[in-house]
Formats: sequence, C-alpha cells, structure tokens
Amino acid sequence: MAAIDNTQNPGMAQEGTLKRFLRATEIDSRMLGMLGALLAIWAGFDLASAFVRGGDGLLGGTFLTPRNLWILLVQTSSIAVMTTGMVLIIVMRHIDLSVGSVLGFTAVCIGTMQVYWLGPALGVGHPAIWIITLILGLALGAAIGALHGTLIAYFGIPSFIVTLGGLIVWRGAAWSVIRGETVAPMDKNFKLIGGGISGITPGSIGATASWILGLLICAAILALIWNGRQQRKRFNFTLKPVWAEVLLAAAGCAAVIGITWVLNAYYWPKGVVDRWAQQTGATIPPEGLNISFGYSIPVLIALFVGVAMTFVANRTRFGRYIYAIGGNPEAAELAGINTKKITLMVFSLMGMLAAISASISSARLDSATNALGQFDELYVIAAAVIGGTSLAGGLGTIYGAMLGALVMQSLQSGMTLLNFESATKDMVVGCVLVFAVFVDQVYQRRVK
Amino acid sequence: MTTHHHGHKHPTGVLRSGPPLIAMTDISIAFGGIKAVDHASVDLYPGEVVGLLGHNGAGKSTLIKILSGAYKRDHGDIFINGEKVEISNPRDAKALGIETIYQTLALADNVDAAANLYLGRELRTSWGTLDDVAMEAECRKVMGRLNPNFRRFKEPVKALSGGQRQSVAIARAIHFNARILIMDEPTAALGPQETAQVGELIKQLKAEGIGIFLISHDIHDVFDLADRVTVMKNGRVVGTARTTDVDHDEVLGMIIAGKCPPGAVPGPGALQSPAAAA
Ligand SMILES: Nc1ncnc2c1ncn2[C@@H]1O[C@H](COP(=O)(O)OP(=O)(O)OP(=O)(O)O)[C@@H](O)[C@H]1O
Ligand SMILES: [Mg+2]
Repeated sequence: MAAIDNTQNPGMAQEGTLKRFLRATEIDSRMLGMLGALLAIWAGFDLASAFVRGGDGLLGGTFLTPRNLWILLVQTSSIAVMTTGMVLIIVMRHIDLSVGSVLGFTAVCIGTMQVYWLGPALGVGHPAIWIITLILGLALGAAIGALHGTLIAYFGIPSFIVTLGGLIVWRGAAWSVIRGETVAPMDKNFKLIGGGISGITPGSIGATASWILGLLICAAILALIWNGRQQRKRFNFTLKPVWAEVLLAAAGCAAVIGITWVLNAYYWPKGVVDRWAQQTGATIPPEGLNISFGYSIPVLIALFVGVAMTFVANRTRFGRYIYAIGGNPEAAELAGINTKKITLMVFSLMGMLAAISASISSARLDSATNALGQFDELYVIAAAVIGGTSLAGGLGTIYGAMLGALVMQSLQSGMTLLNFESATKDMVVGCVLVFAVFVDQVYQRRVK
Repeated sequence: MTTHHHGHKHPTGVLRSGPPLIAMTDISIAFGGIKAVDHASVDLYPGEVVGLLGHNGAGKSTLIKILSGAYKRDHGDIFINGEKVEISNPRDAKALGIETIYQTLALADNVDAAANLYLGRELRTSWGTLDDVAMEAECRKVMGRLNPNFRRFKEPVKALSGGQRQSVAIARAIHFNARILIMDEPTAALGPQETAQVGELIKQLKAEGIGIFLISHDIHDVFDLADRVTVMKNGRVVGTARTTDVDHDEVLGMIIAGKCPPGAVPGPGALQSPAAAA
C-alpha cells in the first residue's frame, strides 16, 4: 500500500530552506519567533546590566544568572496559570476582565480561613489547613466563574459587561472581607506554594528530584513523538522525516535539561543553610555547602496547569468545541454543541485558575490584601495576546500565551534590574504590547 | 428498503405504502412582523427526492431549518413515520436521523476538514481523547468519494475554496447514516464535475431509501433528480406536483406568479384562478 500523499502544494518545488524546515518539523513559526524575541530580550538585559553594574551572568550582567532566572520563573507563574484560561475565553470570543479581582477576593478568603478560622480551630500550623483552604479556595473561584458564565451564557449579558462588573464587585468584596487590613501570616505549609522557604523547608524540590523530573519530562517528550509516529503509521499517513523528529526530540530534551541545570545552580542563601545545619545538626564543610533549589512549587504548578490545559484544548471534545465555537458559533450550535454549557464551563475554569493564582500570589507574599492581583487582568490578557491569541476569536494556543507571560515578566524584571522607575516600566510594557500585536499582524499578512 | 417485497412501488422507486417518512403540517414561523413561513405543509417518502423551489426569500431555508432544529416553529406539527416528534434543537433532529447541508454551510472555519466532519460526534480513543488520526483517515475516505482532488486535509477550512468547503459540508451530512437528508443549495458553489458527482450521490442515497429535501434554483437539476416538487412563495406553499405531471414552464409559473397548474395539488399560497373565483 502506498503511503497517502500528504503534501499540500506539490507544485512548490523551490521553497526556502527555512520554510521547508518549518514544514517538515511542523513547528509553529510564530512560536519560533517568540522564542527568538525572548532570548533577545534576555541577552539584551544581561548586556545592559553588565554595563550598569556587572555580574556573573552569561554575558557579564545580572540577568542571565541562575538566581534571576529562577526568580523570573516564579514571578511568571501566577500570570502564566491564569493566561491558560484566558486564551480559551478569548478563543470563544469572550473576555474576562475580572480575574485580578477574583484573585484578590479568593486570596483574602483563603487568608481569612487560615488565620481567623482554621488556625484557632485546629491549631496554627495544623497539616490539614493548607489542603482544606486550597480546596475551598479553588471551589470558590470556580463558583464565581460559574456565576459569571451563567450570566453570560444563559442571561445573554455580554462577557465584557459581566466581568467588568465582576472586576468592581469582587475587588469591593475583597475589601469588605478584611476591611482593608492585611491578613498574615499564611499557614506555614501553604506558604510553600509560593516557592519561598518556610522555616527550613524550601518551596522547591531540590537537585535530585529536579533531575528525576527533568528526565521524566524528556522521556515524555520522546514518548509523545514516538506515539505520534505510531498513530500516523496506523493509517499509513506520510511520516515526518526522521531527521525532523530527531531534531525536535533533541531540542526538547536539551531545553529541559538546560532549564533543570540552571534551576539547580541556584543555591540556598548561606543564612538558611546555617539555620538548617543548626536545626538538623548537620555539619557544614569548611568550603561551604551548596544546596540547590531546583524546580519551585509555583513553577511546577504552572507547568502542570499548562500541560493539563494543553491537553484539554487539543485532545478533548470540550477543547475542540471551544475552538469550533470561536470559529463559528452558529455552526457549532447547528452541529448540536451545547454552546451555553461550554461557555459556562470555560468561565468556571477561569475562576478556578484565578484561585490557583491567588494561592500562589498570597503564599509568595505570605499575606493577603484586598489589593492583591490588581491589574492582573490586563497582564493576563496582554500575555495571551502577545502569545498570538486573536481577539477576533478562534485562534490561540496555551503555550503561546504562557510564553507571552514569560516575555512580559522578563521585561518587567529586566527593567527592575536596571533600576527603571515603575512608571517607566508601565509605559514600556504598554508599548511592547501594541508593538507585538503590530508585528504579529504584519507577519500574518506576509504569510498569507 | 427499495427492494421491499410488498407495498406499491412508485415507478421511480419511492415506497408510498404506509405513512410518509416526514410530514410537516401547517408550519408557521414569524420573525418580528415577517411571516417567513405561513401555514406550510410538505411531506417526504422513503427513497424520495422532493425539490423545494421558490424565489429568494420565499421561506425555503426557514422551513427546513425548522425541521433541522435550528429554528423553533410558532405553529404546526412534524411527524416521522406517522408519529409526532418534538424537534427543539439540532441535537433532536440528528438523533432522529435528520442531517442537513445548510445554505451557509455552517462550518467552523478555524479547524480542519476532519474536525468539521466530526463536529459534535468526534471519534475518541479508548482513553476518551480525540482520535484525530482516525478522523482524518475517515475524512480522506469520504472526501475521496465526493471530491477526489481534495488534498488539503491539514488546513483550517477557511483556507479552502467555496466548492471544497461545500464538499466538506456534504461529507458531514452523508457520513452519519441519515434517514432524512436536507440539502439547501448543495451545489451552488460546485464545478460541473463535482455537481455531477453530487447528482450521482443523491441517486445512490435515494436507492438506499433515504428521503431527501433538495432546495435548488436550478430547475433542470431539480427535474433530473426530484420525484416531486413543492413550490413556495412569500412563505406559503403554492402547490406540490410530481415532476412527471408538470413541465418546466408550469413550474416556473408556480414560482413566479404562484399559478398552480392542473397537474399539481394547490396549497394555501396558490393564486386563485379567475375561474375558481367566479
Ligand atoms: N433569522 C432571521 N431573522 C429575521 N428574518 C429572517 C431570518 N431568517 C429568514 N428571515 C426572513 O424570512 C424570509 C424567508 O427567508 P429564507 O431564508 O427562508 O428564504 P429562502 O427561500 O431560503 O431564500 P433564498 O432562495 O434566497 O435562500 C425572508 O424574508 C428573510 O428575510
Ligand atoms: Mg435559502
């Protein structure tokens, strides 16, 4: 049996090398562009910081250091988690302006439960507190999202209006819960969700576990590529060229190992090591002791959410319907899809993701205030849009949006390193958003 | 079904004993003040092709959208095999074996042909995840039958030509063992070769005992394929006739003037002839 011809344009013999490369590997050229931009931004900041002050970064600055990159990823995780949901909402031609306020409200509720209710009731630091409050927090977020979704899907109120109302209402509700006070400290186990060190317990998994995880991810990449090949063989479709598969596998694994190595190269501060030695009775060798942080819990959460949401978007009916509705709502309805139910579910999911981010943010700050998450909705939407999500609907990827979040956070962190004023930072980030969308549109027009 | 032993067989292979496959009686729907469909009745027997004709805005699409569950009627009943059925959304219609090719095609433009083919009834692996490869393989088979030159299986359907998109819409309607097929101008964007293929397909489906409502502005096509025609004007049925009992000009007269010829059964929209009025 001859393999089925899968070439799209058999006539195009002399296409460029890059185009042929992209076609063979089936890499999203837009993502490649974004990765390039990200690396350029990183290199730029490292060089710039080398001039300002100098450091031990890759290019002599203070940006490309294990410490800075580790912190960068932790800082990105909250927005990255929320943007995975925002992509799906925008794909469905909706918008959610309320995520920052929902984050603030769920955070103060979680904090209040920990500090004023469960702490006194079960005893401060009780091991059940973090899990109870986390579950209740997620349920609360999902319920708020479901409320928005119901108003949008079943009452026909535009999502812009519902969530604009939500933006105001939930911020106000957050204030009412704690009357403008700061709730602190969070439960000591819960605190680890933020990635910081609680006592002598780090909110990250250390060198060994990080290497194991890295290798598992590499194995997963190989398994996915292999499985894809088997699937295509099953129906006798043309396969990607072997070199393309090998290249993809190698690049993926190299990236994972590289990231793992960098995160493991960030060590506990000396003070914490001393405290740890004191409390555990360990002796520190005279040359000092390097204990790696490795993957932090918020980054692991963001990774997990990213993988899960990608799975949902690409491999389930629910995800397929979200994209179909975004492409043509009427057609989806005529195909028998319950578009109202899907809308409700997507907004509920968004609420739950906001609650996850609320946990990360409040745990990281070790406190909850009613201002937590302010303006996050804008960063979340911006990340999705920079990541290639079309506001016209129907188009957008989870990984793109997460990369977009990383780009935004890199800009912010880099400018902080260079001692930019926060007003300047805001102006730059705003301009970059507009510029990124402009570049993307020019690119899209070229492609067509 | 056409090889059934008993029952009177119409010369063209339509099984007319027993109740009609579909009977829509006294259907009305209004949008705002416009009576898009006004007390219309049509029926359809197994293995029969009924052509729905009428000028632009006559109410053809609206009538069949009531049958496909896209619109909710204000008045009237729908019977399948003599039994009254409730169709209040597209899922109900599909569950009853009614498949539709919409005039607007109703495709999700941002996903590929296979995803559109299976939209709402995706194939899944034993893990419950989408089985895209299997869907693509099936899609290649169906499309091979309809449009053998079609190759662009990986692209979102918005990148396809009008005719290719139409082929995808047709593929979707015929792939799921419909009992009743509604085709709203299925060949409007097709080239002569593809149109002929759809004609063959209609004959084949008819031979399998499927009932087909065919909406078209091409009277020649309709005479070629249909056993009966029902003509609508301003939301009302002018009349229904066997294609063997009327000629082209008489049908044109029905469409343009609402004049019901002797060979047709007049409906509420028929122009009252001066003789009858006297
Ligand atoms: N969703 C709607 N809202 C308001 N009016 C509508 C709607 N759908 C159809 N109509 C009106 O109902 C009437 C019948 O329209 P319909 O689409 O059924 O005509 P048609 O016979 O299919 O015409 P064509 O041959 O142009 O496809 C028209 O006057 C149209 O404007
Ligand atoms: Mg029409």
